[in-house]
Amino acid sequence: MSRRSLAGFAILLLLACALPFMVSEYRSFQFTLVLVYAIALLGLNILTGYNGQISLGHGAFYAIGAYCAAILMDKYGVPYWATIPVAGAVCLAAGFLFGLPALRLEGLYLALATFALGVSLPQLLKYHHLEEWTGGVQGITIQKPDAPAFFAEFGLALDQDQWLYLFTLAVAVVMFVLGWNLLRGRIGRAMVAIRDNHVAAEAMGVNNALIKSLAFGVSAMYTGIAGALGAIAVQFVAPDSFNFFLSITLLVGIVIGGLASIPGALYGALFIQFVPNIADEISKAAPWAIFGLFLIGFVYLMPAGVAGAVRMAVARLGRKRQNT
Amino acid sequence: MIEATASGALLRVLNVGVRFGGIVALDDVSFDVPSGSIVGLIGPNGAGKTTLFNCLSRLYQCGSGDIVFDGSSLLSVPRHRVAVIGIGRTFQNLALFRTMTVLENIMVGRHCRTHSGFFVNALRLPAVAREEHATHDSARALLRLLDLESLAGTRVAELPLGTQKRVELARALASEPKLLLLDEPASGLNHEEVGALGKLICDIRERLALTVLLVEHHMSLVMSISDRVVALNFGRKIAEGTPAEVQQHPELLQAYLGSTG
Repeated sequence: MSRRSLAGFAILLLLACALPFMVSEYRSFQFTLVLVYAIALLGLNILTGYNGQISLGHGAFYAIGAYCAAILMDKYGVPYWATIPVAGAVCLAAGFLFGLPALRLEGLYLALATFALGVSLPQLLKYHHLEEWTGGVQGITIQKPDAPAFFAEFGLALDQDQWLYLFTLAVAVVMFVLGWNLLRGRIGRAMVAIRDNHVAAEAMGVNNALIKSLAFGVSAMYTGIAGALGAIAVQFVAPDSFNFFLSITLLVGIVIGGLASIPGALYGALFIQFVPNIADEISKAAPWAIFGLFLIGFVYLMPAGVAGAVRMAVARLGRKRQNT
Repeated sequence: MIEATASGALLRVLNVGVRFGGIVALDDVSFDVPSGSIVGLIGPNGAGKTTLFNCLSRLYQCGSGDIVFDGSSLLSVPRHRVAVIGIGRTFQNLALFRTMTVLENIMVGRHCRTHSGFFVNALRLPAVAREEHATHDSARALLRLLDLESLAGTRVAELPLGTQKRVELARALASEPKLLLLDEPASGLNHEEVGALGKLICDIRERLALTVLLVEHHMSLVMSISDRVVALNFGRKIAEGTPAEVQQHPELLQAYLGSTG
């Protein structure tokens, strides 16, 4: 990476750290959710954008992550931060196991199989034998964590929303750096090779079955970690928060943000967090019609997603600078 | 039929038969590919040439017979291990990774010679960075060898057919094959390009100590660069020998020209 882009990232990160001190508590909470969605979208993008496996059921992995965090905190008194790696590990295993039979399915057939997962999980969470853990239809309410005491000792008193935002930001940065490393190297190339031409990929020595099922696992892990962070931020999990609509929203996010793009996950997260609110402000009667207009507008104006449009704008600027 | 000769055979095709339903695609085909040679595989459309190639890549299962590569049977090797044991290939209708650049395509060709997995890649450990560096360097060397240097960062989908074929060849060479399978490398090329391709194949054979098995319709190319030629028709071997011998073979003339004499 060039020195200039490294400096750009540093400035962006500083701004991101400063954000909760410049906006209201509620906005901090909203931006926390943007980061949560960004992690989930990066996960789905690894699977769908980079590896070419369509998932209409990633809401299920988000739900598993969220319930992991909620159950561990509520029933076992595990500290909130310790639930994140557990949720990640559980979803890695769940995704890998789901990815194995999914190897036999491609394109729309895989989409249907993941759809089945997405629609069935909320009902399974209501299953009365599991109620002891899941709280059934009622769901689980969890406590919002306080900022660690040492911040106050340093004279930096953080409220809960500010702290949760910064905690989520730290997790997001780690997840994005790991994802970027994974995607720019040997494994990332193999994933894209499978998407572009699976016969040729295998002839180059790529173990398609292994890479595809691990991509499923890693993707689910990202989404599950996002689910755990989301549960902590919202302080509540219930089966109906993770319905099929969530899965579709995630898919909307990666397409609008930009398929096979790492920054695209962030753009998509901003879209799915804020555009429904904007639509709601424009028309209380038919917010989804307004949302639909936004969706069509974005797809029409930016066919390669926001990330694609940004890439093109940057390239055009660079050319102009060369000409002058 | 098969003499116990050819101690120097890198590849031995032994009585291979393939059926698709009632159709016999290959029927009891046997021949050897001596180490270091260029062997041309010819025959009219539907003769079974590509079927044989797909058996060698393990895309198809042989119904009968055996294929021995480098002293051991190929038939128990999984598809993704074929490149590792030393068989590289190009495809009849190009099978490049279209969204990738020329350089990235060739780097995927190194996949079977590199080992880093998910976990160490995500952490970008020093060993991964080293391996990546080496992959980059050897891909660059192949770009130079095939005169593609100026196109390293270009997406392959934007290149003309002849250039895409060179990229595919470079990608196959990146896996350091012992045996290179070329499936109709001259199709779609113009007269001059075919001449250059012939020279190129001979040149890389010398430099990289390769053995080449070539499927090709372009007779003058096959006859000018092959050490031996095997002719198939309707799934059977009808002739085998030096280019001069095969060209005179009556059954081949009949297969191609339909003449009875």
